[in-house]
Amino acid sequence: MAGLVSVAEGLHAPTSQGTIMETPMVEIEKVSLWDGLKQALKDVTMSMSKQRITAYIGPSGCGKSTLLRCLNRMNDLVDGVRITGNIRIGGTDIYDLAQDVTELRKRVGMVFQKSNPFPKSVFENVAYGPRILGVTNRSDLEGIVERSLQGAALWDEVEDRLQDSALGLSGGQQQRLCIARAIAVEPDVLLMDEPCSALDPIATAKIEELMLELKNSYTIVIVTHNMQQAARVSDYTGFMLLGELVEFGVTRELFTNPREKKTEDYITGRFG
Amino acid sequence: MRLQNRGIWSTGEPFIWLTGGALTMALLLVAGLIGLIFYNGMGFFWPKSVARVTFTDGAVMTGQIVEREPLPEKPGQFRIKLKVANRDLYGADFQWVDEARIARREYPPDVAVIERTEWGLLIGTIKDVRDGGRAIAVGGAAGWAEVQKRLAESERVRRQIRRIEKAEIGAINARQEGVRLKLKGLGLRGITSGPQVEALQAQLGPLQDEYQRQAARLADLRKTQSITVVVAGDGGKEKELPLAQVVSVQFPNSMGLVAKTADYVGNVWSFIADDPREANTEGGVFPAIFGTVLMVLIMSIVVTPLGVLAAFYLREYAKQGAFVSAVRIAVNNLAGVPSIVFGVFGVGFFIYFVGGSIDRIFYPEALPTPTFGTGGILWASLTLSLLTVPVVIVATEEGLAAIPGGMREASLALSATKLETTLRVVLPAVMPSILTGLILAMARAAGEVAPLMITGVVKLAPTLPIDGQWPFLHLERKFMHLGFHIYDVGFQSPNVDAARPMVFATTLLLLLIVVFLNLFAIATRNRLRRKYATSAV
Repeated sequence: MAGLVSVAEGLHAPTSQGTIMETPMVEIEKVSLWDGLKQALKDVTMSMSKQRITAYIGPSGCGKSTLLRCLNRMNDLVDGVRITGNIRIGGTDIYDLAQDVTELRKRVGMVFQKSNPFPKSVFENVAYGPRILGVTNRSDLEGIVERSLQGAALWDEVEDRLQDSALGLSGGQQQRLCIARAIAVEPDVLLMDEPCSALDPIATAKIEELMLELKNSYTIVIVTHNMQQAARVSDYTGFMLLGELVEFGVTRELFTNPREKKTEDYITGRFG
Repeated sequence: MRLQNRGIWSTGEPFIWLTGGALTMALLLVAGLIGLIFYNGMGFFWPKSVARVTFTDGAVMTGQIVEREPLPEKPGQFRIKLKVANRDLYGADFQWVDEARIARREYPPDVAVIERTEWGLLIGTIKDVRDGGRAIAVGGAAGWAEVQKRLAESERVRRQIRRIEKAEIGAINARQEGVRLKLKGLGLRGITSGPQVEALQAQLGPLQDEYQRQAARLADLRKTQSITVVVAGDGGKEKELPLAQVVSVQFPNSMGLVAKTADYVGNVWSFIADDPREANTEGGVFPAIFGTVLMVLIMSIVVTPLGVLAAFYLREYAKQGAFVSAVRIAVNNLAGVPSIVFGVFGVGFFIYFVGGSIDRIFYPEALPTPTFGTGGILWASLTLSLLTVPVVIVATEEGLAAIPGGMREASLALSATKLETTLRVVLPAVMPSILTGLILAMARAAGEVAPLMITGVVKLAPTLPIDGQWPFLHLERKFMHLGFHIYDVGFQSPNVDAARPMVFATTLLLLLIVVFLNLFAIATRNRLRRKYATSAV
């Protein structure tokens, strides 16, 4: 029972005008994942709405990052991983054999826990994605880079050092650069794996502010250790424990009035 | 709580001194070796004064003092080694003389040191200058004036004769050989008469006429070389030396510091730029420099893609397991194989098998004279690239391992394929490590001589591997090499005493070339490291 959450409940977001029907962007159905003999995900089913922020919380090792990496098939890179179940993004099954992985990753971008800018200039970092997609015209690239850096709230700080090495930026700036790099290809979904865990509170605040803005254009899925962060930025939250999705619902309700006892224990700090 | 003093051993100070001392000793040894080579090598070019010693019995000996050592049987007494040169007059270049026998030592200003194209140096005084047997200037001063007037012209004529012989007659010979080979090729296919054969044979006539014309030019030029200089040596011996054989004339006893410095620079330049003479004991080492640098370049061009691709496959693309580990162990062991074994492999595989096959398929008309089926610069470079490929593979693999996996993930998450990730992200980031591998490969290859001796290096190569005739780069030609030159000059030459200073000079030159190649690669690597600041290798 613990894995099955009413899909209908997740889709209704209370607003001042009453509940509205949200469009599902990512649909996860009975997904299980084995890494060798160990089962890392057990029968996870839920759905994420378009242009909303969905957060996953839970103790270490509960499978949140693994679930996230399923969404852009980064788990394909690990040998011995086996997945069952169904994941649909924007209506298409992403594990369909006919599906090209690189096409998927154009639509689903990822920002990693530890910022990993390429050892190139700031400009070249952000232009990397568009270049892969075939954009070669210099002025087109400049426009895309400026737009992405502004979207990541980094443009003012780097506009006169676009040709300098990206490794010279501070930690918070590097992470925002990675966000700019991810949105430069204009994905539909943006996955963020604990994006602020390596940053100080001020940089974290800046990125949280950024997320609230990006929500208007992208569907965001964020994995976080920080419950307060999940409470601050997300519209929906899911609590995972030992590979199972224990509870999923509107953030305010999950934090003030959790249905499951395990959720309540975790939120009040009795474990985890 | 009082900290107990457990002695200096606990602070580790003795080990700091030990390691520092060992490092200092190593640096001193290296500096000492380089200093010794530098001193002996650079001293070779300084023009030495000529002493005329008169013995107690009245005999006279003229020569340059090159060494002084204590007599073993009589302590406190010394003997000196005089370079008397004039091998064709006295028989031996060097003479040991007990200082006790010397009555008087002078440095006459009119003694000339003449560098010749044959028989080494000539030391003596100019007596007179003759033209076809008839004296045109008599006495030291007048003779020197006459020689000075005509030396430049004589040098010009000598260079012109060599140019006609090498370039023009050489080209005619090459074309004649080409016609002969084409005829033989037709003959192998059974065509011994007909329009093709006649067309080819028709070419031979004009070529022969051209040859006669050039030969006549040579004869004319040689007729103008009728001037001779008569030089007097010790003991009344005289030598009539054709001016055509004179390379330079100096009076070292009357040269000031400025003149000697100018001469020094000139000697260094001719060492680097001229061809060797007298079985490599005189003249310059330019062909050896050229051969060494060209061989290292070809080897680098071959070993870099080979090693880098192998390292990429082992680290990025192959499934890690028993097979890949076995390959890695084999590669590391390859670095320990003695270099002569690589030479033998090069002879067996490259020269006999591959070269022999190339000859049979593409050059059958030249057989039994081998074209590629014998040693050459291509096979030598390929053998050395096999020798150094493990070094490049290991260095590149270390660099690849140092690249954080997050970078590859980031690239893949941006929808790049694995190949795009490798080319656009990994390859630029691993360049410094590749260059490290290349530096180590060049350092190892520049010093190896054993495998080269059997795969294409010769004592004296008639031509350079690059010249003006199509296809400009002749990979099948044999070449000269500085390392082999050192061995040949130092241990295989007929006149080891005369050759010894040259060995030092050549060693110094080889060291300098390797140092410059390495400095260039290191500078490139530092520039890349600043740009792609990730790898520590």
